[in-house]
Amino acid sequence: MTTDVTGAIEVEAVGIAKRFGAFTALDGVSARFRPARVHALLGENGAGKSTLVKCLLGYYRADEGSILVEGREASIERPADADALGLGMVYQHFTLVPSMTVAENLVMARADVPAVIDWSRERTALAAFMQTMPFQVPLDIPVGRLAAGERQKTEIVKQLYLRRRFLVLDEPTSVLTPAEAEQMLGLVRELTHSGAITTVIITHKLREVAMFVDDVTVLRRGRMAGSGEARSLSAAAMTAMMIGEPQVPANPERRGVPAQAPVLEITGLRTPGIGGRAGLGIDKLIVRGREIVGIAGVSGNGQAGLVEVLAGQRAATDGEMLVDGEPYDATRGAAQARHVRVLPEEPLRNGCVPRMTVTDNLNFRTFDDGGGRFWLDARAMGQRARRMIDMFGIRAPSPLAPIGVLSGGNVQRCVLARELDGEVRLLVVANPCFGLDVKAVADIRARIMAARNAGTAVLLISEDLDEILELADRILVMREGRIVHETPGAGADAQAIGAHMVGQH
Amino acid sequence: MSAIETILVAMLAGCLRVSTPFLFVSLGECLTEKSGRINLGNEGALVLGAMVAYAVSYQTGNPWLGVLGGAAAGGALGLLHGGLCTLARVNDVAMGIAIMLAGTGMAFFFGKPYVQPSAPQLPSIPLGFWSDVPRIRSALNVSPLFFLGIAAAFGLYYIFRGTRMGLRIRIVGDSADAARALGLPIERIRLFATGAGSALAGIGGAFLSLSYPGSWNEGLSSGQGLMAVALVVFARWNPLACIGAALLFGAAGALGPSLQTVGITWGYYLFYAAPYVATLVMLIVTVAPGRALAGMPGELSIGR
Repeated sequence: MTTDVTGAIEVEAVGIAKRFGAFTALDGVSARFRPARVHALLGENGAGKSTLVKCLLGYYRADEGSILVEGREASIERPADADALGLGMVYQHFTLVPSMTVAENLVMARADVPAVIDWSRERTALAAFMQTMPFQVPLDIPVGRLAAGERQKTEIVKQLYLRRRFLVLDEPTSVLTPAEAEQMLGLVRELTHSGAITTVIITHKLREVAMFVDDVTVLRRGRMAGSGEARSLSAAAMTAMMIGEPQVPANPERRGVPAQAPVLEITGLRTPGIGGRAGLGIDKLIVRGREIVGIAGVSGNGQAGLVEVLAGQRAATDGEMLVDGEPYDATRGAAQARHVRVLPEEPLRNGCVPRMTVTDNLNFRTFDDGGGRFWLDARAMGQRARRMIDMFGIRAPSPLAPIGVLSGGNVQRCVLARELDGEVRLLVVANPCFGLDVKAVADIRARIMAARNAGTAVLLISEDLDEILELADRILVMREGRIVHETPGAGADAQAIGAHMVGQH
Repeated sequence: MSAIETILVAMLAGCLRVSTPFLFVSLGECLTEKSGRINLGNEGALVLGAMVAYAVSYQTGNPWLGVLGGAAAGGALGLLHGGLCTLARVNDVAMGIAIMLAGTGMAFFFGKPYVQPSAPQLPSIPLGFWSDVPRIRSALNVSPLFFLGIAAAFGLYYIFRGTRMGLRIRIVGDSADAARALGLPIERIRLFATGAGSALAGIGGAFLSLSYPGSWNEGLSSGQGLMAVALVVFARWNPLACIGAALLFGAAGALGPSLQTVGITWGYYLFYAAPYVATLVMLIVTVAPGRALAGMPGELSIGR
């Protein structure tokens, strides 16, 4: 394969330390990234992975230590210095401009854009460049209209177009389907082994590490926790390095079989499409008691709309929703009467008032059911909050601290505690573990399973297929607002589900 | 000439005249909003531009210098708005209203001495030379500023599509994250776009005082600067569509006076209110709930 790229380079971090005020993010970390190999940088949230690569790329200046590029000490003080050395990064949150076409994005990413752009010449050059790429992306489509996988590929193409020789990918598969992820990582591996680039993948998916990675570096609490060749490390050994404990949290136990009578019954639900995206068109959706129904799908295929309809954030144009056989219109009154609870995605934004206290936020479901009293019962609210904080192991500076200062995992625990308090017939959960570390993920999943075992009907909407495979009794696949596939959770085939997610079954 | 023909000719004439300030202000607003900022202060830039243009034309005897003066005054007001908006915790909508009041206030204060004297007006291009009908001849006396506005619309379209500057403005307006990753100076680009946008609004003001209606007084503007914000939404942030939107608003604005030319006097205020009704209808139709606006810059504060 021939590319314009001038070849992989070796990058080495030597004794890097970085402090933010009193907090030590990195404490003397040394790591060598050998050329033309795929490296994985593993670690829990807050382990210092991002801080390390941001030091390498000039977004942060290390307090101590040095960076060697091709064995020579390099002074990288700002992103432009890293650019000049051929060091680049693909961020988890894409940095492409949604309203611009792929061609416009590529050209504008260059450092030497001419004042007046000769589009016919640029187009010819881009088409020629694209011929040398292992994968193709359409040049004339606005990035906002590309699927997440295509966008990820565009980001990588952009880095190669900029002649990067050392590339960091920050959780590159978090928004991709399994099939897309495997294809993309396979291409990156091929490209790396051809000698074009050195690749560092920040990840926490051990399955991908086993399949695509050559070398592993593990960080824990800002320190080097171990490294080695991926072949010689077992998943258990890597997990132990990451969380510092030999045991992996056990999968939550599933007890009892689903009830017969449906708790949630949706018929003919419709919402209008938005901005070219399909609206909802769900003919039939049933969730029974003591059952977790998992809805899988590529981000943006109507899952968010379904949660919004069930949470009362958006009105449906047509259709019927029944909870325990009674009509449910998603108003606050109906949710209280029918015992429907929702754990939305990004709970700090969708289910909390960040500046109000933990106690207030924990009482949002119940503060107004005191039988028409005018004054709030501050004492009962405080007691209730303390009970939830104890039961769910929420770590907060104080019950009266604003909830916005809590870590992501603790905000998630707070909202889950609130939503699971009292009698719950139906729990709607959306991406409950997004961005949480291993321990918090295990905890949240165990709580959801416990609620199911206690008889609650759970509708789990998640972009993480592994999560659905682990938790769901029954799996539905959603594409373009419709349910396109159904399979029992036990023994479900991830590849087949992935194929239905992208419509290539 | 039949009554219908008379009305149509009058509307055409009115449309070409009334639409010109709309066109300039909406192009200016479009440029500013493309960079991710709203400038409600363009109403102030319009009025201040009208007053300064009139004063400069009167003092120098050259109406084209007046147009330049109007643009400079509008641009200065825009830079003030843009500069204040770069400060932390300053909201561009609230600041725009303050700038609008400041601009009109300054115009009224410094413009007092120019209400009486008459300044040299911009010449117009007699496109009706082929006709014997005086009404058509006068209807087709079109201001060169109208054509300048059309040229500016095409110019902006080209800038947004094919120049580094234009693409940078779009990046900053659509995704601040992407702009930061590319190392673009976000605040400086927005400052420039706000200043240049208000300069265009200032030219729109110069048209008001130096062409049509062609005098300076405190009732000169009838809210064109504010209606332009709705017009940009209607035009989906596309400079070429701004031409059509401005002509439509111009026609609505010419409805009342046209009907008067044939002696229809009932509903006088109703017909004069046509542009405002058009604004309302347009906003209701284009921003129906649950529908995202195509083409809206992602960083606009009303969109977040």
